[in-house]
Amino acid sequence: MLEFTCPYCGAVCAETELHPGGEAHLTRHGPGSSDGAFTAYMFERKNPKGVHFERWRHQYGCGKWFHAARCTVTLEVFGTYSAQVSEPPEDIIAAIKARRPDWTPDWTVDEEDA
Amino acid sequence: MARRLDTGGLLIDRDQPVRFTFNGREMDGFVGDTLASALLANDQVLVGRSFKYHRPRGIMASGAEEPNALLGVGKGARFEPNQRATTTELHDGMAATSQNHWPSLERDIAALNAKVAGMLPVFSAGFYYKTFLYPRAAWKWLYEPVIRHAAGLGKAPVKPDPDTYEHLHAHTDVLVIGGGIAGIAAARQAAEAGREVLLIEQTAHWGGRALTDGDVIDGHGAPDWVAAQIAALEAMPNVRLRTRCMGAGLYDHGYAMAYERVSDHRPGQHGAPRHRLWRIRAREIVVASGAIERPLTFANNDLPGVMLASAVRDYIGLWGVLPGQRAVVVANNDDAYRTALALHDAGAKIQAVVDVRPEVTGALPDQARARQIEILTGHGIAKASGKHRVEEVEIGPIQPDGTMGSRTLHRFCDLVAVSGGWSPVVHLWSHCGGKLIWDETHAMFRPDPSHAPMGADGQANTRVVGAANGDLTTAAILPSAKVGASEEATIQPHWFTPSHGKYAHGTKHFVDFQNDVTAADVRLAAREGYESVEHTKRYTTLGMATDQGKTSNINGLAMLAEALDKPIPEVGTTTFRPPYTPISMGAITGSATGPLFKAVRQTPMHGHHAANGADWEPVGDWYRAYCYRRAGEDRHAAVHREVLNARARVGMLDASTLGKIVVKGPDAGTFLDLIYTNMMSTLKPGRCRYGLMCNENGFLFDDGVVVRTGPEEFLCHTTSGGADGVHGHMEEWLQTEWWDLKVHTLNVTDQWAQIAVAGPNARKVLEDAGCDVDLSAAALPFMSYVEGTLAGCPVRIFRISFSGELSYEIATPAGYGLPLWQALETAGAAHGIMPYGTEALHIMRAEKGFIMIGDETDGTVTPQDLGLNWAVSKKKDDFIGKRAQQRSDLTRSGRKQLVGLMCENPKDVLPDGAHAVKRLREHIAMPTIGHVTSTYYSPTLGHGIAMGLIEDGLSRRGEWLTFPVGKDRVMRAQIVDPVFFDPEGAKQNV
Repeated sequence: MLEFTCPYCGAVCAETELHPGGEAHLTRHGPGSSDGAFTAYMFERKNPKGVHFERWRHQYGCGKWFHAARCTVTLEVFGTYSAQVSEPPEDIIAAIKARRPDWTPDWTVDEEDA
Repeated sequence: MARRLDTGGLLIDRDQPVRFTFNGREMDGFVGDTLASALLANDQVLVGRSFKYHRPRGIMASGAEEPNALLGVGKGARFEPNQRATTTELHDGMAATSQNHWPSLERDIAALNAKVAGMLPVFSAGFYYKTFLYPRAAWKWLYEPVIRHAAGLGKAPVKPDPDTYEHLHAHTDVLVIGGGIAGIAAARQAAEAGREVLLIEQTAHWGGRALTDGDVIDGHGAPDWVAAQIAALEAMPNVRLRTRCMGAGLYDHGYAMAYERVSDHRPGQHGAPRHRLWRIRAREIVVASGAIERPLTFANNDLPGVMLASAVRDYIGLWGVLPGQRAVVVANNDDAYRTALALHDAGAKIQAVVDVRPEVTGALPDQARARQIEILTGHGIAKASGKHRVEEVEIGPIQPDGTMGSRTLHRFCDLVAVSGGWSPVVHLWSHCGGKLIWDETHAMFRPDPSHAPMGADGQANTRVVGAANGDLTTAAILPSAKVGASEEATIQPHWFTPSHGKYAHGTKHFVDFQNDVTAADVRLAAREGYESVEHTKRYTTLGMATDQGKTSNINGLAMLAEALDKPIPEVGTTTFRPPYTPISMGAITGSATGPLFKAVRQTPMHGHHAANGADWEPVGDWYRAYCYRRAGEDRHAAVHREVLNARARVGMLDASTLGKIVVKGPDAGTFLDLIYTNMMSTLKPGRCRYGLMCNENGFLFDDGVVVRTGPEEFLCHTTSGGADGVHGHMEEWLQTEWWDLKVHTLNVTDQWAQIAVAGPNARKVLEDAGCDVDLSAAALPFMSYVEGTLAGCPVRIFRISFSGELSYEIATPAGYGLPLWQALETAGAAHGIMPYGTEALHIMRAEKGFIMIGDETDGTVTPQDLGLNWAVSKKKDDFIGKRAQQRSDLTRSGRKQLVGLMCENPKDVLPDGAHAVKRLREHIAMPTIGHVTSTYYSPTLGHGIAMGLIEDGLSRRGEWLTFPVGKDRVMRAQIVDPVFFDPEGAKQNV
């Protein structure tokens, strides 16, 4: 059972205290977006073998949503951080690179948003 | 025969005799016995029949690996099947019964299977897959009644479990699993370093195999060394010790599960649970789970009296039981000679030590030779024979090509002690990602320390010590201690001993004893193309029984490797999964049974309803009154009375369960415009608006009335079951998408009691109850809101209606709920007030064509499908679901749309979920065009009414639909407007 530290209240949380929220840093596509962009936002998700950014909510605790960077193979947690950012902060990137020197960030800014 | 020795037995207390029964027969034992040691002491060698062939089986092991000796233990409600005799502590009055035989253990009819199996391919590998296909009719007369009856283990208990169970959460720096010398040493080391330690041991005693095999450690006998170490650990404040507590499973990030059998050895004792499930989070886990001896595979190796060599010397040393008088020891390693020596020294006659190795040197064999024990090197067992226990073995030379030579000799014996080498217990290590390596020298899989389970920090958090790590001797386990080391020669892997003559003629070489899988089955699987060990497992059922192949997996996969001509590590092991041995359902459930299974939410008026005929139904976690039954009334009559009374006079409903969420802040209106499909920001303070909530996929998931309680404050009502979900939905969007909005949300559902007063006399009831606000239509019109005092209670009055009647929903702080309810009952008595339940509520809303979330919606229905376009804003740029509702599938024609359905026969009530068909056909599989979503008999109209989702329903008004509702029964209904009653709203606008 996974364990994460909630970046808001500082509690070390067992997975059963949390609610999973899937892939992090999605860009919302609302009215006016193309069918392709909306479909990608709504349905298409990464499924990487390795570094992954996720959303979790401290459901049975402070109630706050947060982000986590985690390895889907070893289950190593590189860090947790605020939900109110649209990409991982530098210290998280540095923590990942310290453990996975070959890793390169794989998110891209959505063309439609840019 | 097997018997109790006059002396010896480290674990038994000869001053405390106990009585127990086996199949009704009285037997004697001692405190400290296991059921297995006590049975052997009473010469009960035959203890059960096997799974498929019903062959006689006896006790084979002395611990958790036992495959055969599964017994029913206990009586009545405390009966439990499939208890391993080797891990069941004997207590006075224990009743044990053997399993899997009919009519008796000694005479079993189905043992015929074993005879037939020689002639027909029944019960061979893949038997289930091959046999059960055809003919179909055989299911009825053969497969179910005969084969299911014959195959199976034990009988399920039939009465509710009277014992209690509990879960316990524990956190520790170091968890040490296994209380043998390796675990004790690891615990001591961690404890000396000041770390918090939890040391658990599955048996009732400390020391593991060292009690039998430990020799001398630091000048003390191993049992004394163990006792001194445990005493030292018990004296340390940072150490917790638990016996009878098995490490059941290891999980991610240092989570572990342990299964403590608290009071199995003293049943019925009050004040203690029977089992306790430990849920442990440890920074470091040390696995010291020991090793399991492997049997050897020869013809009829399953006869009672064929036992693991290590178990034989355990019974002598730990319980003072000699399992046989004339013994043959069969080995491929030096360790087995310990058993020969122990047997000899306890007074048994060693008929021969049969060793497959061509040359046998070393200290232990030399000690055997010094006792004049005959050692037959380069030999194996060609065949064992006997009726209900082993009586004789045929011993033959193993030829260089691996076949059995013809010059065999015979030895009479009542015990065959076998040793095929040791397998480290790598189960726990493997549960959570630990990898294994094949140790060629010692012929075993052991943990690969470079691939360890990891913690959240990415560092290894588990290590394995002692025999579980492949260190099989005391000297290897305790390198710093002075131990009486005796050099052992290397093992010679030996996976299969052939019979001579025709292959497997009339004999069986068992690999998996509990599931009756033979060497021939494994080879057949290989021949039929099952190359993956995981596939072979499922095809043959090797390793799939309750023992999960503890004694069989390595032998089986080694045979598979031989058959496939592959090296063993290439074939690999099957997946190890928790729990290590079966744990009770009670332990898994813990205290979550009966009333504690699920929390029940009750409104402040719950007790009053209960005292006034409430007939409950669960709604989410709430209990709500379905109706209030009067003397002599059934549910049906009560519901009709309640509906007619509310329509004619006045009714009152406990609506406290409705979700209530406060949304407050300068941006509250902006936020609610995004959450609801309607425009909420334009709502004036003091006014109410019915709103719809969609998910981002465009589908309706909750609805309710929104009240603007202040310039920057809204109260959002949700469905009874949806409050938590809606609140979570709001928070998710607020925290993760629109975090710039200045809004707070608060779920205040439990803070308010709410009462709906509905019916033509509603206003009079409130006025008579004493109300300080003007309730007139002009002052408080439909869909408006006011605060005041009613019957002395502070209230918020919402003039909203879910029944179509003149209606007030009155909220009051929860503590006022009951007094207000009673005041309204009193004031309403003169006006004919009656409480009504959820079913009357449903009927009245259906009569008005109001939708119900979960009836008319199922996660694939849009507001447009329900004809609720008026509640979907066209002016707003955005709301959750707006973009999705523009997708082609949600705008196409042919979608199912909400309609009213009026039954042709007024007495008919369409079954819920009934399908309308395009054309009626004789048989099912008729294309359907939609289904019924809500259906009631309307007492108001005296007619069956329904709502349904029908393809293009909005444009089919007036059409007649056909519903096949059962065998030879068809109902017809006409598509009508879903508002069946008072379409002008005359009754509520007064």
